[in-house]
Amino acid sequence: MSVLSAYQVSKFFGNFPALRNLTFELEAGECIALLGRNGAGKTTLLQLMAGLTRPTDGKLEVARRVSLLGHGIGVYDELSARENLLFFASLSPNKIDVEAWLERVNLKEVANAPLREYSRGMRQRLALARTFMGEPELLLLDEPFTSLDDKATALLQTLLADALARKSTIVLSTHQIPEAMAMATRILFLERGKLGYYGPRPDEMLDDSTWIYRTYGANL
Amino acid sequence: MLHLSWVVFLKDVRMEFRGKEALNASLAFALVVLILFSFAFDPTSEQIREITGGLLWILFAFSGVLLVNRSFVREQSNDCLDILIVSKVPASSLLLGKTLANLVFILMIESVCLPVFSVLYNINLFQLPLWLLGTCMLASWAIAILGTVFAAMTVKLRLRELMLPVMLYPMIIPALAAAMYLTNLVAAGKVPEGDDLIWVRLLVGFDIIFTTLALGLIDTILVD
Amino acid sequence: MIDKLLFGVGLASGLYLVRNLYTMLVVLPDEAAQGMIYRIMFFHIPSWWTCFLCFLIAGSASAYSITKKNFRADSLAVAVTEVGLAFTFVGLATGMIWAKIIWGIWWTWDARLTWAFITALTYAAYLMMRNMIPDPSERMRVSGALNVFSFASVVICYKAIDWWRTQHPAAVMSFRTGGGNIDPAMEGMTYHNFFAFILLCTVMVVVRLRQEETRREIEGLRRLAYAG
Repeated sequence: MSVLSAYQVSKFFGNFPALRNLTFELEAGECIALLGRNGAGKTTLLQLMAGLTRPTDGKLEVARRVSLLGHGIGVYDELSARENLLFFASLSPNKIDVEAWLERVNLKEVANAPLREYSRGMRQRLALARTFMGEPELLLLDEPFTSLDDKATALLQTLLADALARKSTIVLSTHQIPEAMAMATRILFLERGKLGYYGPRPDEMLDDSTWIYRTYGANL
Repeated sequence: MLHLSWVVFLKDVRMEFRGKEALNASLAFALVVLILFSFAFDPTSEQIREITGGLLWILFAFSGVLLVNRSFVREQSNDCLDILIVSKVPASSLLLGKTLANLVFILMIESVCLPVFSVLYNINLFQLPLWLLGTCMLASWAIAILGTVFAAMTVKLRLRELMLPVMLYPMIIPALAAAMYLTNLVAAGKVPEGDDLIWVRLLVGFDIIFTTLALGLIDTILVD
Repeated sequence: MIDKLLFGVGLASGLYLVRNLYTMLVVLPDEAAQGMIYRIMFFHIPSWWTCFLCFLIAGSASAYSITKKNFRADSLAVAVTEVGLAFTFVGLATGMIWAKIIWGIWWTWDARLTWAFITALTYAAYLMMRNMIPDPSERMRVSGALNVFSFASVVICYKAIDWWRTQHPAAVMSFRTGGGNIDPAMEGMTYHNFFAFILLCTVMVVVRLRQEETRREIEGLRRLAYAG
């Protein structure tokens, strides 16, 4: 049973077509790398999948709980790490062990300090905790590797691997292709709002990051 | 749904109490205006009695806008509003929780300004405490509910701080008028009765109508 | 075809107004108490009716546009609000002129004028808000909601201000009682002008509606052009 199904989904901003006639399905346990040039519609597609906006045409059905890690990290600067996680945990129907998660992202000792005093890396780790803690079945990540330090990157990769092991579905938009190719099972390539390629990750991508742009992109 | 409203309420109150920026600014503003009034009118004359309600509720409307403006701004800084929508928190819970928080903040400002006004202008506002409390609750709810809804509408605009008052003030005029009238009565120690009760009914009706509209429309406003 | 129809209706309303003016100025006698100036009432009263009708349509169109995601209804809402606002200003101006002639003062805080002022501000805020939102679908949602609030507000305001005025009687009489028993010809004149206004209003709304639709199309084409 599919986690998300899209049928002829289009998104117009006024008369401008950001996404056109996308049809695809996401299955459980898949890790989909969302690729495309800037302006191809990746963020718009993630927003549609997250439920932040509705398609102008077509049908989009999401059968699961969704968690989003967007450009803004989605935590409150005025509160402490513990308060942040407790708040977001109470929004979820699941029981979440906030203390265990604080431990896991290595923030337990400083959990009561306000976020203002955190370093950037610490805030990113908290954002990861917030994203992954509800064990959502569909994870949407918009360029998550961008400006993560090495510890945070390792943590992210562990969390992604765990999510996949739990048969969650991950959609990951990125420009840092080598990191993503290691765990991606499928690629969704957008070109000017249209579906350029959706299918299993081609082996060519492991060696050559731009292969898909050259093969399925409309122009260079 | 109510549980989630409570959770949102607690979070907003906690966030505001952490920094107290808006509360302090709003309170300072209110106290300064109270002093300004003493220059606009002769503070010792009986004339003040007739305009007590008017002065107080204009003051509370202005301070209220300062407080209400922040309701959705505090969700903006790290795109937290998006996260709330994605986690399927009903927009009405969000609205109710934030409105309650704003109501508490406005009532806090009022609870300081009313005694200060009584002292500065030598008018005992507390002769009928229950009536005063009732008026303040009803009228403050009117400011809070419309203010919070409009804060949701204007959160992404460039000129948010300007548009919110421009949109809000014409709409709360009936509620403010009712509050002014009732506050004047209470300040004079008269129990509202007979024709005066029309203003109480207006406040209650106003609150019911706009709360219903707000809860019904908040989903359209916040979520595409 | 629509153009010709529009032109026809516009011409009809223009001729109707001219005929009314003629009747007003030449045929009807001066009113007993007020003299010449009472004739401005034939513009003052129908403009209130027209503006209220406009705002009622605007509120309904907005409610429809947000529930059915219909852009046409949204364009109708803004067109009708703008025309309604214009009629509100006509009402305000005619009221003020009448007040100056009859009572020697430009403004009286009577119920109708106060309500009109508040209403004008409410819908001016709506139009300002619309200008600030570039995305059409967001604009439709947010300003549609605001229009529904605005309509509820003007209805409540009307009643509330009426009560406020009776509690604090104004120094002058409401013009309603100043009318007394109206000569049937004069009463008829009011309705004649009202119908003329409705025709005029329809023409203006349709013109504005088409302008709004064209504007949306141009916005879209512009975006498409920039997208390359």
